[in-house]
Amino acid sequence: MAAVGVNELHKDDLPWVIEYDETKCIRCGKCTAACSFGAIKPVVEERRKSGSIAQKPSFEKIVVIEQCVSHSNYCRGCGMCSYVCPNGAIKPVRNKDDRYSIRYRADKGESLKKGGRSNLNTEGRTLDKIKIGRISQMTDPSLDATRHTFELRTPFGRVLSADKLGLENSNGKLDLTSSLPPNRWIYPVIMGDMSIGAVSWRMWEAMAIATAYLNEVLGIPIRMCTGEGGIPVRLLKSKYVKYMILQIASGHFGWNRIIQAMPDMVEDPAGILIKIGQGAKPGDGGLLMANKVAKYVQEIRGVPKADLLSPPTHQGLYSIEESVQKMFLSMNAAFKFKVPVAIKVAASVTSVAVYNNLLRDPYNIVGGFFLDGLAGGTGAAHEISLNHTGHPITSKLRDCYLAAVHQGRQGEIPLFAGGGLGQTGSLAADAFKLICLGANGVFTGRLLLQIAGCIGNDLEKCNACNTGLCPAGIATQDMCLTKRLDIDKVAQNLVNYFVATDLELKKLMAPVGNSALPIGRSDALVTVDKHVAQRLDIQYVC
Amino acid sequence: MCRIGAIKSKKYLHPSVSLKLMRSQQKGHDNSGFAFVMQDLGGIFEDYKDLPTLSMAATVEGTRRAEDILHDLGFTRVLQWTPDVHNEKGLKIEPMPNYIFETFKYPKSHKYATKEEKEELLVETSLLLRKELEKDNIGYVYSFWPDVLTLKEIGCPKDIGTYFGLWEENDDLCAKVITAQCRQNTNYDIVRYAAHPFFLDGYTVLANGENTFYEKNKLFQQKLHKGYIGFESDSQCFLYTLHYIHKILKWPLEYFKHTITPLPFEEIERRQDKDVLLRIKASLGHLEINGPNSILAVMPDGKLLCVCDSKKLRPIVVGRDENMVIMTSEVTGVNDLMPRRNISQDIYPHEREMVIVDNDLTVRRWQQ
Repeated sequence: MAAVGVNELHKDDLPWVIEYDETKCIRCGKCTAACSFGAIKPVVEERRKSGSIAQKPSFEKIVVIEQCVSHSNYCRGCGMCSYVCPNGAIKPVRNKDDRYSIRYRADKGESLKKGGRSNLNTEGRTLDKIKIGRISQMTDPSLDATRHTFELRTPFGRVLSADKLGLENSNGKLDLTSSLPPNRWIYPVIMGDMSIGAVSWRMWEAMAIATAYLNEVLGIPIRMCTGEGGIPVRLLKSKYVKYMILQIASGHFGWNRIIQAMPDMVEDPAGILIKIGQGAKPGDGGLLMANKVAKYVQEIRGVPKADLLSPPTHQGLYSIEESVQKMFLSMNAAFKFKVPVAIKVAASVTSVAVYNNLLRDPYNIVGGFFLDGLAGGTGAAHEISLNHTGHPITSKLRDCYLAAVHQGRQGEIPLFAGGGLGQTGSLAADAFKLICLGANGVFTGRLLLQIAGCIGNDLEKCNACNTGLCPAGIATQDMCLTKRLDIDKVAQNLVNYFVATDLELKKLMAPVGNSALPIGRSDALVTVDKHVAQRLDIQYVC
Repeated sequence: MCRIGAIKSKKYLHPSVSLKLMRSQQKGHDNSGFAFVMQDLGGIFEDYKDLPTLSMAATVEGTRRAEDILHDLGFTRVLQWTPDVHNEKGLKIEPMPNYIFETFKYPKSHKYATKEEKEELLVETSLLLRKELEKDNIGYVYSFWPDVLTLKEIGCPKDIGTYFGLWEENDDLCAKVITAQCRQNTNYDIVRYAAHPFFLDGYTVLANGENTFYEKNKLFQQKLHKGYIGFESDSQCFLYTLHYIHKILKWPLEYFKHTITPLPFEEIERRQDKDVLLRIKASLGHLEINGPNSILAVMPDGKLLCVCDSKKLRPIVVGRDENMVIMTSEVTGVNDLMPRRNISQDIYPHEREMVIVDNDLTVRRWQQ
């Protein structure tokens, strides 16, 4: 047997090491109680007392905090220990020599899983290389963001070209003479789409409260997508369901309850979103680990406590045309053709082909195209998917918009872009740029968690959403942990963030002189990167 | 900034009135060009109201090629008028070698054609002529339409007037509707096609301001109709939208206003026709204008109209007496031509208004 166990997992292999100052520690135990990962523990060390080496040694026993070293209990860097420590005696420090991703695979023979976003950060953010450079100076006046009226709404639902609206002239007034696909005007930012299960019911409820408040009190017509995990029946049967976009994905989780509740629904939902793929883990299905499948999650979804793996594809759908005929038609029919049915796909080299197909669909029943880029977040994914699969959102959104322009059908299926928006803090800037590039609106998910208190970031901090041990009470169903989340406070923070975003969107619309959303107004954008300019067909500046 | 003007009169007017209309407004423009469209023609063109007149500026080669094309299509010339030019020293003008104003009989193939078929032929022919002359940069085709005459040139409006002898009134060249502008498109390239008024298929449009949704408008319009080309000026978009709404979709004129400056959602929601307005807003959102603009138009039937952007960021005034109505950017122009009118009848259209002048000079104010 080797004297030094180099093959054993060691503290130095882990992504974070605990820096602990025992002289400051009062042994209150708060840090160990707060650590949801069980990554630290109190231990008793026997130490030799100081004195001459010639003297007979005497020992003392001392309680200290020790970092755990195991695959089941290791530090994720969340820092809850330092949050609760009264004396600042303990904190996690990033380990530059981390080799955990190698050790895990070597030791376990398993694929490494995690939550959050890709942490490789190899691409950089294209959106940050773009500036709003067409400022109204003399040619036309800039507007006043706080005094002018701005129209921040975008159509959601299939839009028909003007000649197909079937409008008839009756004594100088146009009348609608035929039924048209459902279409709603909504705020250009959609909250979404995270399931009850992936996030705690308290987090989900806070989002729902914020959505209702933004609509009912502040008049901001924002919509929230449920994620694939169902929706509480009480909400389903309430008037507030009109603000909710119900998601259906390959697992169809929650749909049994939705269908059963339909006769009792007093309002139509805001829309249906058929999720085909997710930007963070394209080509991979949803993944909800058994330890997050709490009793109420089982009830909403109608499933036993087990790992819930949505298949990577909707079983039975093998082509775009077929999906239109089967799935879209049936979802439209289920809500009597009164609710927009949209599709969400992971951005991919194939996205334009899908979008072109849907634009040409003769039934006109696809009401929105949600494109999710690789910088999007997830509650759980194989790291290999998270870090190595996917397509950036910006160029693909632009490709889809220009494909529609090529057909002369821009706007007919509204484009919504997401995936890493608000990553640098400002959702408004990202949203505005994507809108100028052709998006009708955007959707955001991970950012909402960060607003709620998620301490994870894209530098390997925490990202343990998959474990069900979320220290912020967000991505967990553990009753003790979820209690850490103050629902009202989270709802308030979400509302505040969107109020700020609303103002910031106006602060970007005003200098380009627009009071209506500049959808497709790429002449407002410039970039200092020649490749970006060429790829997106916007002006290069230096 | 552009200064634009439109005059509709019960009596025939010489184009010098349009120069006079614009002269006092010159501090608002840059004297970089002058263009006018005359409609409901008198003088030598009066007897040919049903036949198309070609208005073109071209080189010798361009003139020959255009005439060959028209001949090949079966058009036969019945009238030709060439302005006497006065190439005095020091004039600020960049003249073309030839200015062609020729009236043609329709081809025999169109002897029994309907009005629509004839209009289609004229649009097709105009586009063909423009395309052929553009190839070698040998000429500019401005209009080919019955009872319409167009002149555009680069330079100082006063000197352009002198060059073409437009300051001296005569009975040969006159019309009951004249629209004019004193500026080239100095934001971008100085191109003759970029000068208002723009003409297509019987519709004439002039605009003052900056179309901030130019790119959106352009990308959407270029797939809507074969005649929506050029886009040398951001203001051409207004012509194409008017044409699309009124001629292609056959919607009432009021919906032009609803398309370019839709009402705020809050107001739409309170209206009985909200479903129609919301559908239009969704389907034609790319034709919205969102910058500062005032727009003048002459319809194929001779009516005038003017509208403003939704924030009323550019000026326009309507002045009138019993014989004439003037719509123009600044009231000084109206004062010069109608000093004794009742100024209390002047109209300064607001952001929700469309002013329409009927052929009997009745002025209607339509509220959005």
